[in-house]
Amino acid sequence: MHERGSVGLVRPEDIDFPGAFALDCGRSLPGFRLRIERYGQLNAQRSNAVLICHALSGDHHAAGYHSESDRKPGWWEACIGPGKPIDTDRFHVVSLNNLGGCSGSSGPCTPGPDGQTAWGPDFPIVTVRDWVRSQDRLREHLGIERWAAVIGGSLGGMQALQWAIDLPERVAHAVAIAAAPRLSTQNIAFNEVARQAILTDPDYCEGHYAREGKRPARGLALARMLGHITYLSDAAMADKFGRELISGAPGYSFEPEFQVESYLRYQGSQFIDKFDALTYLRMTKALDYFDPARDYGGNLVDALKRVEARLLLLAFSRDWRFSPARSEEIVRAALRAGRDVSYACIDSPLGHDDFLVPVPEYTRIFGAYMLRVAEECA
Amino acid sequence: MNQTVSTAPTATLPTGNGLRSDLAVIAEWIAPGTRVLDLGCGDGALLAHLAAARDVRGYGLELDLDNIAACVDRGVNVIQRDLDEGLADFDEGSFDYVVMSQALQVVHAPDRLLREMLRVGRAGIVTFPNFGHWSTRAQLALGGRMPRTRTLPSCWYNTQNIHLCTLRDFEALCAEQQLEILRRAVTDAAHRSRPGLRLWPNLRAEIGMYLLRRARRS
Repeated sequence: MHERGSVGLVRPEDIDFPGAFALDCGRSLPGFRLRIERYGQLNAQRSNAVLICHALSGDHHAAGYHSESDRKPGWWEACIGPGKPIDTDRFHVVSLNNLGGCSGSSGPCTPGPDGQTAWGPDFPIVTVRDWVRSQDRLREHLGIERWAAVIGGSLGGMQALQWAIDLPERVAHAVAIAAAPRLSTQNIAFNEVARQAILTDPDYCEGHYAREGKRPARGLALARMLGHITYLSDAAMADKFGRELISGAPGYSFEPEFQVESYLRYQGSQFIDKFDALTYLRMTKALDYFDPARDYGGNLVDALKRVEARLLLLAFSRDWRFSPARSEEIVRAALRAGRDVSYACIDSPLGHDDFLVPVPEYTRIFGAYMLRVAEECA
Repeated sequence: MNQTVSTAPTATLPTGNGLRSDLAVIAEWIAPGTRVLDLGCGDGALLAHLAAARDVRGYGLELDLDNIAACVDRGVNVIQRDLDEGLADFDEGSFDYVVMSQALQVVHAPDRLLREMLRVGRAGIVTFPNFGHWSTRAQLALGGRMPRTRTLPSCWYNTQNIHLCTLRDFEALCAEQQLEILRRAVTDAAHRSRPGLRLWPNLRAEIGMYLLRRARRS
C-alpha cells in the first residue's frame, strides 16, 4: 500500500549503554538509552553503514512506516529508500533519536537516575559534541569500524561536521546539507524568543509540568510557529499562501484571516502533540552552543585540518535560516585546510525546508555523490 | 613580446587516451603530484584524468549544476562558483597550477582574473578560441557580419563570449601583466595540431593554449 521506493514497514530498536557518560556541561548520565531504526542490509565487510543525524525536531524515524495504517512516512522519506540518494539497496542506514530527545532516547521524559520518575527539567543540557560521542558508542555497539558516511540536514549537518572533526578516522564521508559552521547572532535571537515562549508559559511550571499534569502547549506552539517562519523564504511564503483575505474582506477580528495565519496555527497545534517542550529547549541550546572552531582558538580552518573524510556541502538558494553564504564559510575553510570538498547551491522552491523535499537537482547531486560513496565501500 | 612567444616550445599533441585533446595538452604540462585549481572545470574530465594518471589533487570551480553533477559522478572535488566573483578566498600560491580552459572569453574581467590566477597559482594555464583566425577575419571583413565559427557558434546577441581576443591580444596582455609565456600550443577547432598551424598561428590557429608564470623581476 505504501509507495514504491520506500523501505516499507520499519521497527524501532532500543539500545542501552550502561556506565557513566560524561557530558560537556560537566555532569554525567548514569548510562543512557538510544532509540534507533535501521534500513538496508549491512554488508559482510560491515563497510556500508551510514549514520543519519536529525535536525531540531527530528527523531529516529527517518524513513518508512510504523504500521500499515500509518499515513505519514519518516521525516526523510524523500532521500532514504530503494533508488533514492541514500539508497537502502546499497547502504545500511542507521538513524537515531538524539540524547535529550522525546521519542524514546534518554531525555527529559524518560526515567531519571532513580529509574522511576522522569528527569524533567533536571535532564542536562547536551551539546552536538555530546551527541557525536553518544553516536560513537552506538557505532561501536553495532560493530562498525567506520561510517561510509555521516549525513544530516540543518542541525543534522552540524553533527556530520562535528563527527568529521572529532572522530576523523571513523568517517569516510560527511554530508552537511543546509548547515552552518555556527549560528549567527540572529539565529540565536530567534532561538531565544522560542525558548522564552516556552519558559514564560504559565503551564511550564519551572519545567515540572508533567508532574503537575500540565503542558506548556501555548509556548511550544509559539516556538514552533516562529521556527516555521524561518523554514520558508519570504517568496516561498508568498507563493504558498499569498495574502488574500480568506473571507474576501477584513473581519476586524483576531481570527485567522490570512492563509499564513491558519498555516502557522496548524503547524503549532500539530507540534504540541508530538513534541516535548523540555526537549525543544535543549535542541535549541545545542544549536546555539555548536561551534566546532571554538576548540581550535576560533579557527575553523584549524578545526577542519583534522578532517580525513571527504565533505559534501549542499545549500539552498532561498534558505535564509542557514543561507548558502553559511555553507560557503565551511567550504572556504575546508579549501584553506586542503580537505576534499564539494559544494553546490540548489535553486530551490522553499527555503530551509528544502532539505526535506525531493528537489530534482538536489537529489541528483546528492544521489550522484552517494553512488560514489556506495562504490567505494562495496 | 613576440620574442617570448617564438622561444616558447610548441607542443605536439598527444592522442588516443580518451581525453579531449586540448585537455590532454594541459595534462601533459602539469607535473605529477601537484595541486591544481581548474576554473570552469566543466564535467571534471581534466581533474579526473590528472588524479588517476598523475596523482594530482585539486578542485574544480563550476557554475553549471549539470556539470557539477558530472564532476561528482567522477569523484572530482567541485565547488559551485561564479568565476566573476574572483578568487579572493584562495590564498596566494596555494596551488601549483591554476587552469582556465575556454572560459577566458566569458568572464567579466579577464585581465583581473588572469592576475588572480597567477596570484593563487605558481603557474597558470589558459586556453581560448582565437578570434584572429582567418575565417573570423574573413566573415567580418568580407561578409560584414559578426563571425560565427566552429569554436564560436553563437550569434552576437546571445553569445556568452563577451571578451574575445586574438593570440596576439592575449600575448600583449601577458606582457602588460608581466607574465612569462613558458609554453604555447595551437590547434584547430577539433583540437588537432597540424604542422601548418605553426606558421602564422594568429591567422590559422582556432584555439590557443598557454602555460604562464609571473615573470621574475631581474
